[in-house]
Amino acid sequence: MKVMNIIKSVSIALAGAALLAAGGAAFAAGGKTKEYKHPHFHFEGVFGTYDTDALQRGYQVYRTVCANCHSMDLVAFRNLGQKGGPFYLDECPEGVADNVDCSNPTDNPIVKAIAAEYQYPGEPDDYGDIPMRAGLPADKFPSPYENVQIARLANGGALPPDMSLLIKARHHGPAYIYSLLTGYEEPPASVEVPIGQYYNPYYAGDMTQLLKPEYLDEEGHVVEGVEVPYGGVFAMAQPLYDGSVDYADEETPETVEQYAMDVVEFLMWAAEPKLEARKKLGVMTIGYLIVLCGLLYFSYRQIWSNVKK
Amino acid sequence: MSHESTYDPQTGIEKWLDKRLPVVRLAYDSFVDFPTPKNLNYWWTFGGILAICLVIQILTGVILAMHYTPHVDYAFDSVEHIMRDVNYGWLMRYAHANGASMFFLAVYIHMFRGLYYGSYKEPREVLWILGVVIFLLMMATAFMGYVLPWGQMSFWGATVITGFFTAFPIVGDPIQTLLLGGPAVGNPTLNRFFSLHYLLPFAIAGVVMLHIWALHVPGNNNPAGVEVKDVKKDTLPFHPYYTVKDGFAIAVFLLLFAAFVFFMPNSLGHPDNYIEANPLSTPAHIVPEWYFLPFYGILRAVPDKLGGVLLMFGSILVLFVLPWLDTSKVRSMRYRPIAKLWFAIFVVCCLALGWLGGQPAEGVYVLWARITTVYYFAYFLVILPLLGVMETPTEMPKSISQSVLKKVSDGTETDASGAAAAQPAE
Repeated sequence: MKVMNIIKSVSIALAGAALLAAGGAAFAAGGKTKEYKHPHFHFEGVFGTYDTDALQRGYQVYRTVCANCHSMDLVAFRNLGQKGGPFYLDECPEGVADNVDCSNPTDNPIVKAIAAEYQYPGEPDDYGDIPMRAGLPADKFPSPYENVQIARLANGGALPPDMSLLIKARHHGPAYIYSLLTGYEEPPASVEVPIGQYYNPYYAGDMTQLLKPEYLDEEGHVVEGVEVPYGGVFAMAQPLYDGSVDYADEETPETVEQYAMDVVEFLMWAAEPKLEARKKLGVMTIGYLIVLCGLLYFSYRQIWSNVKK
Repeated sequence: MSHESTYDPQTGIEKWLDKRLPVVRLAYDSFVDFPTPKNLNYWWTFGGILAICLVIQILTGVILAMHYTPHVDYAFDSVEHIMRDVNYGWLMRYAHANGASMFFLAVYIHMFRGLYYGSYKEPREVLWILGVVIFLLMMATAFMGYVLPWGQMSFWGATVITGFFTAFPIVGDPIQTLLLGGPAVGNPTLNRFFSLHYLLPFAIAGVVMLHIWALHVPGNNNPAGVEVKDVKKDTLPFHPYYTVKDGFAIAVFLLLFAAFVFFMPNSLGHPDNYIEANPLSTPAHIVPEWYFLPFYGILRAVPDKLGGVLLMFGSILVLFVLPWLDTSKVRSMRYRPIAKLWFAIFVVCCLALGWLGGQPAEGVYVLWARITTVYYFAYFLVILPLLGVMETPTEMPKSISQSVLKKVSDGTETDASGAAAAQPAE
């Protein structure tokens, strides 16, 4: 009877899982791309955290390469110095006055220095002119383009997406961005890539449109036996090359793979800055609930012990 | 069930209050000494779980509303402000967003339980109908809530779903305009959806009270489906027997809930909703949240727009008349060997419709969506009415206490009353 009870309970749980799975499966659909590479990221798993060094390197890659075209409107300099951020400080470095709390992002000297490297329009002066001022920790990251029209003009009509939430705005975001950045290759011989477009086997697109005429029949259908290649073409040229970003740290390899790992770490942080706090609280909550379940289960057995017989 | 009140006020203040407003008596009779069948299984714990879901949604929702801005220019950023700058804002938002999924998961299990054990049958028709009303209100609330973050799926989901109404001749377009507050989804839409999204949960809470009232008049159904004959032998007081059992089930349910909130908070959502709404760019696939997919599957199974919309609404409306469609005198399918099989196919069809609703509407998917849609309606309109007349049920226990005794003896003891027709242990 006990066994039956367990089977019953399990079947209830499974019915729930099945309902959820039925829903989840619906989102698995996607374009015909090569299967994503999936290296292990530091933030994955139940106990995942951000690797601070990787975040700092990732910020460097973002700033030197990505930020030339991509905005990151939702992130402010102060975020860099928040707990879990790339430049968070537990205590102040040498040479900072005693009464300063460097764990406060707005007093963080690294954050202040980074912000001050940029210029922002200030308040109107007595003549109504708007002078430029140095950036402050409260300022959001600057956009590379003044407006959407200029951004499109500079990128062959395509608009580089804002990067604040990019990782969460794509299916399997971390694996996808990593694969895309490391996946550029020569287009297959069977396709004609238009000028200003670049081929990537991980980009979701329709390659049938680009097949050379000899692979299509009179009605525009693909000739039998011809395989349509993976991926698609889009307006972003390969952004990362071995050695294109100079890491201060001598030991970290300056390869495309490493850059991609680091920038994905940074983009994940930008999209989900509270991930560490979330997982930490999650572990405690689950632990608490397991104990509670145990207590309630034995209370239940105790209270019901005199009922059925 | 309606029963003699056993509340005996002890303290002075209780006695004073009891003569003026016997609210403590009401609570005592409803949730402490309420006689509850002693054979309820874990499928019966989802009522309590749903109450918790509603409370979580309202609490997190009220807090979110303090930080949210219902304006097309600010809504998306205000949600991100909640995620990034509000203390524990991420927790409130993830609990609220996943809470909606958990709510629907629980309500679907609750409804399937009612279908299997015949909980909609006389004398519980009103209880069932109120439940369907709650389900409809939940769907409206969830749909409008999904629009508020003003992401791509919010915008395009709202466009598609309000577009359903244009299928109706003459009244369709004015209804859509009224819903949207203009010719297309825009700021007026967002404003009224926010207002209604805040209002409807309290309407749900009101109908939930009626639902509980309608439950407490005839009393709980139970897995055996026989009415309480002897309150002493057949029932237990709700507290502590069912508070502890429901409490345990709620804690297990919260484990699942927490696993989603803390470790896969975006797995049930769509990535496109992290892109701000853009009326000029249509997403490649517009899919509703998972809990609407079975209905989306029915909608798209029909080639004609009006037909699809009618069938989709019909799939819920048919539930209102279910108590009169099922002609069987036997409540629990435990004693309906044939109906049990049809029910199993029905569950599979509902899950399949959910899966099909998320697939592109083409080729073999459409064919299967049609087959499962036909079965969905046939189950209510043909199978249940006919089975009630044609099926020979197996012998039922004479009372709840007998069914419990039989279970304890685990089939080894031959029941003298002759009600021992072997039932598969559940």
